[in-house]
Amino acid sequence: MLIKRRIAQISGHLDYPLLALLFTLMLLSLFVQYSASNESMPHLLMHSGNMLFALVLLVIVANVSPPYLMAIALPVYVAGIVLLVGVALFGDVVNGSRRWLNLGIMRIQPSEIMKLGVPLMLAWLFHTWGSTLKPRHYAIAGGLLLLPVALVARQPDLGTALLIAASGFYVLFFAGLPWKVMFGFILAGSASAPLVWHFMHDYQKKRILTLLDPGRDPLGAGYHIIQSSIAIGSGGVFGKGWLQGTQSHLDFLPEHTTDFIFAVFGEEFGLLGAILLIAIYLAIILRGLSIAAHAPNQFARLLSGSLVLAFFTYVMVNIGMVSGILPVVGVPLPMMSYGGTAMTIVMIGFGIIMSLKTHRTLIKS
Amino acid sequence: MKSRISIRTYHEELSGFTQRAWVAAILVGLAFTILLARLVYLQIWRYDYFHTLAENNRITVVPVAPNRGIILDSHGDVLAHNYAAYTLELTPGKIHDLNTTIDQLATLVEISPANRRNFFKLLQQSHNFETLPLRNRLTDAEVARVAANRYRLPGVEVKARLFRQYPHQTEAAHLLGYIGRMSDADIRQLESEGRYDNYRGTDHIGKTGIEQSFENQLRGTPGSDLVETDAQGHAVRTLAHRDPVSGDDLVLWLDARMQAIAEQAFGDHKGALVALDPRTGGILALVSMPEFDPNLFVDGIDTSDWDSLNNSPDHPLINRALRAAYPEGSTIKPFMALAGLHDGVRTPTDTIADPGYFRFPGSSHRYRDWAPNGHGMVDMHRSIVVSCDTYYYHLANDLGIDRMHDYLSQFGFGHKTGIDLSGEVAGVLPSRAWKARFSKQPWFPGETVICGIGQGYNLTTPLQLAMATAALANGGKLLRPELVKTVIDSATGKRTSIAPDVIRTIDLPPEQRQVIVDAMIDVTRPGGTAVSAFAGAPYTVAAKTGTAQVVGLRQNEKYNASHMEADHRDHAVFIAFAPADNPKIAVAVLVENGGHGGTAAGPIARAVMDYYLLGKLPKPATTPAATTGNTANAD
Repeated sequence: MLIKRRIAQISGHLDYPLLALLFTLMLLSLFVQYSASNESMPHLLMHSGNMLFALVLLVIVANVSPPYLMAIALPVYVAGIVLLVGVALFGDVVNGSRRWLNLGIMRIQPSEIMKLGVPLMLAWLFHTWGSTLKPRHYAIAGGLLLLPVALVARQPDLGTALLIAASGFYVLFFAGLPWKVMFGFILAGSASAPLVWHFMHDYQKKRILTLLDPGRDPLGAGYHIIQSSIAIGSGGVFGKGWLQGTQSHLDFLPEHTTDFIFAVFGEEFGLLGAILLIAIYLAIILRGLSIAAHAPNQFARLLSGSLVLAFFTYVMVNIGMVSGILPVVGVPLPMMSYGGTAMTIVMIGFGIIMSLKTHRTLIKS
Repeated sequence: MKSRISIRTYHEELSGFTQRAWVAAILVGLAFTILLARLVYLQIWRYDYFHTLAENNRITVVPVAPNRGIILDSHGDVLAHNYAAYTLELTPGKIHDLNTTIDQLATLVEISPANRRNFFKLLQQSHNFETLPLRNRLTDAEVARVAANRYRLPGVEVKARLFRQYPHQTEAAHLLGYIGRMSDADIRQLESEGRYDNYRGTDHIGKTGIEQSFENQLRGTPGSDLVETDAQGHAVRTLAHRDPVSGDDLVLWLDARMQAIAEQAFGDHKGALVALDPRTGGILALVSMPEFDPNLFVDGIDTSDWDSLNNSPDHPLINRALRAAYPEGSTIKPFMALAGLHDGVRTPTDTIADPGYFRFPGSSHRYRDWAPNGHGMVDMHRSIVVSCDTYYYHLANDLGIDRMHDYLSQFGFGHKTGIDLSGEVAGVLPSRAWKARFSKQPWFPGETVICGIGQGYNLTTPLQLAMATAALANGGKLLRPELVKTVIDSATGKRTSIAPDVIRTIDLPPEQRQVIVDAMIDVTRPGGTAVSAFAGAPYTVAAKTGTAQVVGLRQNEKYNASHMEADHRDHAVFIAFAPADNPKIAVAVLVENGGHGGTAAGPIARAVMDYYLLGKLPKPATTPAATTGNTANAD
């Protein structure tokens, strides 16, 4: 009886429309991962394990009450900054960038923590500042946002830096950052593009150039984009069929279980499959925005709103990259790509959203 | 806007958020619309393009080389064929350090320094990311060892390939020629002719001889395998297969046994022999001595082998039968006599008194006969039998060089025969017009006189001489020398015989011809210059001996072979056909520095004819028949 009540209590903190959409994504990802891994069962089991682990975390986080989330916002942020500084000083260099911190028992990538830490911190701040916002509040928030972004960008990991910047920016956006300030930044950003270009690393410049003309280096920088465009394009309207994708099965497509999983999907399931997938992502995002709009207080609104838009950003950046309209940035496709960390972060995010939705009666503005 | 920064209520805050959430939703919708537009562009608008690219990625057409046609002699003896063997091949583009890889391989299979040298030579010449052979003819054990270690040798492959082989080795090498690796020049040539597609899957092409001139028949058409490959280029499965069409087989007129007998008969001598069937123009034997082994060239000749062949003073690579021209010497005399009859300058019975020399009126210069005291009274018959020089000095003087030229060119002198072998030279049949082309000096009568005994400007290849002899034998049909008797279509087995090619019919009245043939028969009989060579032959032979001077002698100098450098000795020349009344074979023989035609070149012709007409094989114990002509006592 007690167990039954306990289960009811736990499951009461889940949002079933969102969960159903996430399950659909997971189901699709099982199919496409099986195909992309050349029908490898061990790979599929690993992927399932990752999903199960992330799911458990989602359920746990969904049952954490918002005041607790508010309470940990500052410690998480500070810990994240400390770890990022630690990375900058003592981090392991992998593939030419310093991203990993060896803590003795495990290696962690502190930038991943900040994907959640930054929105958590900023949402809590704006919540505490209340409804009377002065320019200095935005300035402080902006400063707290730029600090981790700069640390991550220095690693260098421009992709993750931009994602962290985006998730923090969304908080400011929802908190009411004036339009003219935003437009001002957009104009200033465009104007300073040549300057940014000047400070970019060669490999980053190369990626931009490759986006504009993949044919300039077909076996080098352009190879990924050319092969994924071929994979998607050759899928046509109906796709080649499950397990029939030649680009992935014959290894022409690089990273086909991770960053380029969408190309496998597009090749095997065609335009119709891609529309279905994007529709599911859209439904998740709209459901998330709806939850945010109906949230009882500013913290819940800002946090859930920014997490949802961060999710959108992952999807957009990944599919945009794979289909050749955005530069190659190492961003996995949420829920579809193989890899435990990214999936766990995304699922914790949805856990937070569910918590914020289902604990509405317990907190007061 | 400003109001938002000032005091706001919960509801204001909420409505502000809702407004921004709507903006976010619209932006998300827009962004996804852009994604969809991109996907529609890729998957509908440019579907055909990307579909083709994906198929090109996936499918590789692997050419399958055809079997090259085999070459047989007239009895079906194989002269050139193919055998399958394993080769060790490297793809330089996939190997970081070639020397290390080769060192590793050397622990598994035997790799000689020559193998390495050849490999790096090929590497310099190679034009794309092709595989290059390191070693041929791996044994089964070697194949197994390489296969077992393949995982640690990327870019190393064992391939089964067809190899060309010439089982008779040096025999008829000049006639067969050889195949070799295609050079960049070959490829450019094929591309310009639009035939390069036909060479996919192989890298060999006929370089010389029949292998070169019958390349198109021998080559065949490549087939193809449609193979699905992965990104590393490994074949995953075969999707479709088209069989190659083997090249046509060639049956030659050549008789390999006769060829062997003739070559053996030359012994250590340099020279050439051509034996024709006067009825068809078929080449029964074509010898050029010394020879070389065409097998050396098939997989790229080793530098040291090449140097020894190419730098040899004996020039073994030159096909003397058609690329070297010599003075005919006295073998021109039967044709000169015919010219005299034809132009009405001589009758068979016209007789001269031979004092042993010819002299222009009012000149003291003597054109000497080989017999210092002369031959006495000489008519046309006797002039051939004893090879009287004085008779032909007179005849040449009476005919004049231009009439000689016009008549002799009927027999093909001075013109290429048109044989299907490259590099043939035309030789020289002099005339006033010919001399005017390179000299300001007029034609001198003395030049005509020595041309009359085949010692002037005249130069003739052994092949031309054989062709002219065959025309005399068959009654006046000048036939183009033919190499190939029958072409066998490998697909249908259909045999196509090649018809004789009559270049022209010479105006040769039978009674005039008979005078000459009778005289040539007596050349091989007692009193003739070739009596020793054909003593006891059970068939009648019409022949003429000749000696081609290599160096001129001063006025009163006597030729004495034993006092001369070996390579200044006269060339021995010999022409013959038999049986005289129904000729089946016509032969021209030239032995360089052999001395007298009857003794040095005649026995070679005898060996060939004995075999051809009697089926007689030479006695294995006897030494080769040719001996140095150290006695130039009869010409």
